[in-house]
Formats: sequence, C-alpha cells, structure tokens
Amino acid sequence: MTLHRRALLSGGVAALALPNLAPAQEAPGVTANEIRIGSTNALSGPASSYSVISRCLSAMFKRVNDQGGIAGKQVNFTVYDDGYAPPRTLEQTRRLVEQDKVAFLFNQLGTPTNSAIHRYVNQRKVPHLFLATGADKWAQPKEYPWTIGWQPSYRTEAQIYTKYILEQRPQAKIGVIYQNDDFGKDYVNGVKDVLGARFDAVKLVSHEATDATIDSQIVTLQGSGIDALVCGIIPRFAAQAIRKVYDIGWKPMMFMTNVSVSGSIVMQPAGAEKGIGLITSDYRKDQSDPAWADDPGMNEWRDFMRRYIPDGELGDNNYTYGYGAGSTMIQVLRQCGSDFSRENIMKQATSIAPLEIGTLLPGVKVSTSPTNYHPIRHMQLQRWDGKSWVRFGGVIEGANV
Amino acid sequence: MDGFAHQIIAGIATGGIYASVALALVMIYQATHHVNFAQGEMATLSTFIAWSMVEAGFPYWVAFAATVMLSFLIGVLVERLLMRPVQNAPVLTHVGVFIGLLLIVGNMTGWIFGYTTKVYPSPFTSSGPLMGGLISAHELGSTAVTLVVLTLVFLFFRYTSLGLAMRAAAYNPRSARLVGIRVGWMLALGWGLAAAIGAVAGMMVAPVVFLDPSMMTGILLYAFAGALIGGIDNPLGAVIGGFAVGVLENLAGAYVVGTELKLTVALAIIIGVLVVRPSGLLGRVVTSRV
Amino acid sequence: MSASENVAIPGTIPQAVPVRRGMPAWQVALVVLGGLVVAIAPAFVLESFPLFQLTMAVIMGLAVLGLNMVTGFNGQISLGHGAFFALGAYATAILMSHLDWSFWATLPVSAAVCGVVGYGIGFPALRLGGLYLALTTFSLAVAVPQILKHKSIEDWTGGVQGLFLVKPDAPAWMPGALTPDQWMYFVAVGVAGVCFLLCWNLIRGRIGRALMATRDHQTAAEAMGMDTATLKTRAFAVSAIVTGIAGSLSAVAVEFVAPDSFSLMVSITLFVGMVVGGVASILGSLFGGLFVLFVPNIAEAISKAAPGVIYGILLIAFLFILPDGFAGLLRRIAGRLRGRG
Repeated sequence: MTLHRRALLSGGVAALALPNLAPAQEAPGVTANEIRIGSTNALSGPASSYSVISRCLSAMFKRVNDQGGIAGKQVNFTVYDDGYAPPRTLEQTRRLVEQDKVAFLFNQLGTPTNSAIHRYVNQRKVPHLFLATGADKWAQPKEYPWTIGWQPSYRTEAQIYTKYILEQRPQAKIGVIYQNDDFGKDYVNGVKDVLGARFDAVKLVSHEATDATIDSQIVTLQGSGIDALVCGIIPRFAAQAIRKVYDIGWKPMMFMTNVSVSGSIVMQPAGAEKGIGLITSDYRKDQSDPAWADDPGMNEWRDFMRRYIPDGELGDNNYTYGYGAGSTMIQVLRQCGSDFSRENIMKQATSIAPLEIGTLLPGVKVSTSPTNYHPIRHMQLQRWDGKSWVRFGGVIEGANV
Repeated sequence: MDGFAHQIIAGIATGGIYASVALALVMIYQATHHVNFAQGEMATLSTFIAWSMVEAGFPYWVAFAATVMLSFLIGVLVERLLMRPVQNAPVLTHVGVFIGLLLIVGNMTGWIFGYTTKVYPSPFTSSGPLMGGLISAHELGSTAVTLVVLTLVFLFFRYTSLGLAMRAAAYNPRSARLVGIRVGWMLALGWGLAAAIGAVAGMMVAPVVFLDPSMMTGILLYAFAGALIGGIDNPLGAVIGGFAVGVLENLAGAYVVGTELKLTVALAIIIGVLVVRPSGLLGRVVTSRV
Repeated sequence: MSASENVAIPGTIPQAVPVRRGMPAWQVALVVLGGLVVAIAPAFVLESFPLFQLTMAVIMGLAVLGLNMVTGFNGQISLGHGAFFALGAYATAILMSHLDWSFWATLPVSAAVCGVVGYGIGFPALRLGGLYLALTTFSLAVAVPQILKHKSIEDWTGGVQGLFLVKPDAPAWMPGALTPDQWMYFVAVGVAGVCFLLCWNLIRGRIGRALMATRDHQTAAEAMGMDTATLKTRAFAVSAIVTGIAGSLSAVAVEFVAPDSFSLMVSITLFVGMVVGGVASILGSLFGGLFVLFVPNIAEAISKAAPGVIYGILLIAFLFILPDGFAGLLRRIAGRLRGRG
C-alpha cells in the first residue's frame, strides 16, 4: 500500500528527471574556483560514533585541495549535524540545498534520515550520492533517479548467509538475532527472501539499542535448538554475543554482520579464541588484520591517516569505510571533467567503470551504470581463525532483491 | 524448565548492573533530593578515565582508587560550578541543568576517547565459566562489590553524624542550616559521593557490556526504574529493585510478549506496582501536615 | 499569576474575547493587529528555507505549550510528551497515507486519540507524584516508538521504515499563488494560534486558577471544594491534545514519520523548551520552540567537533542568566515598567 503510493508520488518525478545536459556555467554550487558539497551526519547524540565518517571525508577533500583540487576548483565540504533525527535531516538538507546552495549531497548518514529527504532531493533533482546506509531501497533508478547508495545492502548480506546455510546444512534450524531497527530488520528480510515459506520455522529474537546485555536473547535462542545463527547487531552487542555463545558451551554455525567484525573492536574484546569459526561476508579489508599489514592499498590509507587525521583511532573501521566512499566520490568528480552540472554529476556517478579502492578486498570493485545503482555488489565469505579473517570461496556477486 | 532457570540467572546477572547504578541514584537522592539524569553519562566518563589509566599501565586497583577519588572531585566540582548558581531557581530549572549536563558529558566522552568499543578489565577472574557459562566470575564479583557498597552507604547514613547531617541538609535545608549544618557543602559532598559510587558502578558494568560512550544510556533507565520500584530513598530497596527489573525484563521477553516489547511490558509492570505502592516497595510513605 | 481578586462565578464560561483589565480597546486592537502582522509577515519576507525553520519552531512551540499545560500550570512533571507528539504525528500520517484523508480531517482524530491516551495516563498520575510520575511518563516515551514498530501493527505504521505523506495544498480560492512552504506556515501558525488562544483562555479563567491552585497546594485546593482528581486527569488530556496536534503538524511539515523521529530526545527537547521559555508561561512556550530549533544550529556554528557539548553549555548558561526562563525576563521587565509608571 505504501509502496504503491510512493511509486505513484514519485512517478511524476521520474518523468521530469531524465538527465538533460545544462550549460556548465549555470551549475548550482559551482563557481570558478569552488565546488560546494553538502552532507549530514550525527555529530551529536547516541549515533555520533558515525561522525568519524564525516571527519574522514573532510580530511580526504582537504587532501584533494592540497593537491590542487578538482579541475582547478577547491572542494568545499559542509557537514551539518542532524543528531540522527529525520526531521532535523530534512531541515539541514534544505539548509544545504536552499541556503548554502551546494552542488550535490554526499554520504548522508542513516536509513530513516535519508528516507525523510528521499523525495525532496528527487523533486529538486539534487544528486544524493553514495549514502552511508546499507538499506537496499536506494537503488531505484526509475522512481528515484537522483539517489544512489554505496555499500552492499545488509539484506544481500543476509541472503548470502542463508544460501550458505542451505548449502552446508539444508536441515539447519535457523535463528536470527537483530537490533530492532531498520538495520537489524534488513537481516530478517534477507533471510526471509531466501527461505520463502520455510521462514515460519525461523526463530527471531530482537533487542533494543538501549539494552544492557543480550544474554537473555542468547539463552532463548540456545533453548530453542537453533543450530545456525545470523546476527544483525552493532559491535558492542556482537562482542557480547560471541562471548556468551562460547561461554554457555553452545556451538551453532554463527554469522555476524560485517558491521561488527573488526578484529580490534569486536573479536579481541570478545576474546579472540571465543570467536573461532565465526563467519562473515565483507567487502572491506580489516585494518587490524595482520594479513594487510604491508598491503599497498592499506598503506595508502595509513599514510593518509597519519598525515591528515593524526589523532584518529586507527582501529575504527568507519575510517576505512569513509576512505572507500570518499575515493569513489573523488573518482566521480574527476570523471566530470569541467562540467559540474547536477545532470553531469549524476551521469558520472552512475557510470563508474570497475574501480579498485585500496581499502576494499581484492576482487571487490566499485561500478555503476544508469541501470545499476548498487556501486558495490561484491562480497566474500570469511571465517575467523582466532587471529584473523580467512577468506574462503570466491567473490560473490550479490543478487538483486 | 531448564530454560526458565537460565533466564532467571541471566536476569540476576543483568540485574546486578541495574542495582549498582540504582544505588548511585539513591545515593544522590538521599543527599540532594534530586535524580541526576547525567549520572549514567558521568559514570561512563569515569570509566573511560579508569580505562586510560589502565591502558597507561597502572595496576587495576590503583586505577580504581584514583578514578573513584577523581570522580568524587568531579562530582563536587559539578555541584559547586553548575548547581550552586541555580540553587534558588525552581526545581524544573534544575532538571534543565541536568539535561544540559547530560548533553555535555554524553557528547564529550566520545569526542575525547573515541567511539569504538573498548575492553575494560575485570579484577575477578576464574579458570572456566561458572554455572554452565550463565554467570561469570566477574558478575559474581561485581555483585559482591555492589553489596559491599550498599553496606557502606547504609552504615554511613545510619551511623555517622556526617551521614545524618547530609540527610538533614537534603530533607530540610532551612532547619538544617538553623542547627548549624553547612548545607551547601553537604550537597557538594552528596554529589561527590554519588559520582564516586557511579564510577564504581561503571567500572563494574564495563567488563560485562563493553565500554563505549553510550554504555550507560539504556542502563540508566532500568536503574531508575529499579530505584523507584524499591523506593527512591532506600538503598536496599534500590538493590532489590534493580535485580527485580533484570529478572522481570528477561521473563517478559522470553515468555510473555517477545523481545520486541519486553521493555514496554517491564515498565508497565513497574508502573502497576507503583500505582499500588506509590512510594515503592520499601520506600517511606511521606505524609505532610497542612 | 496574581489573579486571586478576579474570582469567576462558578458555572460561567470564561469570556472568549481577550480583554485585559484596564486596557483600553484601542490598545487591544493595536496588540491584536501587531500580532497578526508579526505572524503573517514572515511568510512574505523570508525565503522558503528560513520560513520552513520558523514553521518547525512554531510547531515545537505548540508542543511545548502542551507540556506547559500539565507540567507548568498543573505541576505534574512529564518527561514523556514526545509520546503524544508521536501519537499525533502517526494518527495523521496513517490516515493521510493509508486512507487518503485530508490533513484537516485528521486533526480531530489525532486530538481524540491523544486526549484519550493522555486522560488514561492521568489516572496513574493521580497516585504518583514527582519522580514516580517522571518515570511513568518517561516510560511512555520509551515505549511508544517500540510499540509503533511492533510487527502486529507494522502494516499500518510502516514499521521501522516509517510512512510518507504530503503537505496539504493551498486551497484554490486563496488569492495569489502561495508556495507549499508559505501555505504550510499559515497552516501551522493558524492551528497553533487557535490552540494558544484556547489555552490562554482556559488558563486565565476559573479552570486555570483551579489548575494552579492544585499545583501550589493540593490539600488547600481540595479544602476549597475543587475536584483535584478530575482537574489533574483533564489537564493531562488537554496537554496531550495540544502536543498531539503539534505532532500532526510536524508530520505534514516534514512529510515523513518514522520511529526514529520520536526518540527520547524529543521529550527532552520539549522539556528544555518549557524550562527555557519559562515554566507556566504561554508566550514563553513559543520562545521555547524558537530556542530548541535555532540554538542547536548556533551551537553547531561554534563547534563542528562537538555541537552537543556546546548546546549543553549554552543551555546551562541560559539558565544561569535567566533561571525563570524567557518569561521570567518578560515578567521582570513588565514589573519594572509598572514600578516606574
């Protein structure tokens, strides 16, 4: 019902939004020596752990500017705080578009927050690029041609896990523990996509971000005889889950969202040996993994951190995330040549030839086309061996939902 | 009913966390007749201070003692600098200042120490998991610490003249001043003690839930509920209330309504209890003469 | 609030015309005219973005007014008015998005839903005072977003994904071409204006005095024959209705609702608005709305690194300078003027 209405509402937008090249000199947000880019992030409040992404992106644009800018223009990157509240996101986005007159919006944080401006930016035809959210609703080139995500969707990730479970243990009793929000629910949806009618047998257990521990949920799952567990939970709870499952002597086949698999933030706190056998599917290199200690791509990132964010926490994988998204953006800007009209920016953002980025796993490439709004579709399964993540199987190309 | 017992044990383990924070809330209530909304955030900040000391190589108990003392000082300073100027303002203004404090401390912690999950060590270790892994040595140890703190608090308020003076200053500042109690300093002392107890609670909680800037946000709500169900002016009630909330929430989630509404149901039960006993299970009923 | 000499005869309805004692008619007319100009002018002076901000500030001011009705005027602490804000918003969003109702038709429903829930909360509130009531209302604010995303009503609420709706269009008979932002501003100011007038009328009359008497000394109020239980539950209902209507307005102004839009921060924000504007002040509520909307932006302009810290500092600094809020300042100025004259 809502989908139907949404499609109806945006139908008009789509008809008007066919790219049509405007003269370059009239491009909004672009002057002779400046390109203005806007973003929103949770710089305050409970979600402010993600504010490091903005910090990383600002530093990356500073590096670009130090190196002479893009086509001789300096990049002016403005980030406003929305505190992860959708009404504030709309307010700040309107400030960026109407008052600051930015050329386009880049890497705004969050699913509900971006939802609140989804229609606004498409009606205004402002490029809304490479969002910092793993929801899969940003890839709708027909209805919302001006919005494009970046990372593989959580839902695709859950589908990969479920398919793997069905291959390995077709009769497995599956359980899902998820945070009761859009992030966690995507894992439930992904499992459902693959299982279809069998989904009714799946044991679902949720928790709130405000819960102290998730011990009770783990005990419940163990008690229901689950032997394959999919986890859509943030790092603090991931560490708790890994530890608890081990401590109570439970040995399910366990899958962890790639949001929460950092060696230094999740696996070491939980106890490196307690996580042996844990499976995830990632597209990024984990900076704390010894395998990438001398990797040229990661060294490029480390060099950037050392020079531009010397006091940044090297263990925080939001910095590698930001580096990947920022590199994609800079590539698009370079592709624009001298035409920074919104139409051309959108056109370039949706025609990225397969691009390798230092912080992404080998074989994972960023690519888009006017019909492919999933910049990263590749992931690879990996298993924790007690010290680092060991990749296995080939690079998987995520299916469209 | 193996699962049932497991849920109860897990609930008690979590309840210990609520109990220790509830105790800090009761403490500050006894000493100031306020509930400080920033208590949880202040405890998190204290724990981060302890964490940076441990990271810098200090032995655990040195860091522990130093943090408790430092937190005491922070508490006193907050009272002197932030509460003193508005002491004559309406109560709702005080709540406004608490909210300001919450915003400041809550946002400062991540800004200073970063946002990633950190490991804070536990002083209590065992060779293997206890009771089939349902409860850890740390959870037992921290419950013991909570009980020790409870006893100390009880003795302090009951049997020392300073404790009596603090209670008097909070209960009736004007009369207290008339009998020669330095009310201002009693309040500052109360803030200091509450911050110190909060720091202990934070350091006991962190090994269980892992340390990050939002560690206490949810816990404070449960602790608040625990303190009220037990009676906000009764330390023993707060501890019992904290455990009760932990068990209740697990049972509601596992057997009654599912995990999506477990907090809602737990809160509804607590309010139900409070409607029957408006001063909490062990709280004193205050009647005032007109 | 020194209205004691102005005792109304029980049973009479308070006068609807805002006439202040001792104020000549031409002055009243001037004040009304001035108010209208101040209210209407921004729509034609401001650009669309500041106008949108002002619209949101007016909406927040209305929500703060709702909180003030129960906490400020009646002394029942509520830390959970975000719940009523959410209820109102969802009532409007569900009706507009699923059943294609017009915005105006949803307002009475939203008011009714919030009124009933507020009335219901008023009952446990009778037994619980101070902190215990604060917990009860706080719990409500925690529970409402959880209930909204529960799977049993997900088809209606949109679950975690929320619901989309559309701003009301300016009616065809309106002169000139109003932009949607201008019309939204008028809708917000119009609805808020009516609510403010009604609340003001309520407060300055017999009921208002009874509410405040109950707040200041319940036993004495009872001794004077006031039915304080009825007064308190009804105060809760009225308060919930006003905040709920503000929620409805915010839903259409933002054109989107989601559980994340109504986190605990909303309740805290409303409380801050009330304290900053001035407890038990009608005009102060409006100032509170302006404060909570614009001051975070000022904080952000001062420091991008930690805007939350700066906002906290600004809030505490404000309360140091004006412990009684903005309304306290107004009262002091008025007092000084009166003393001089």
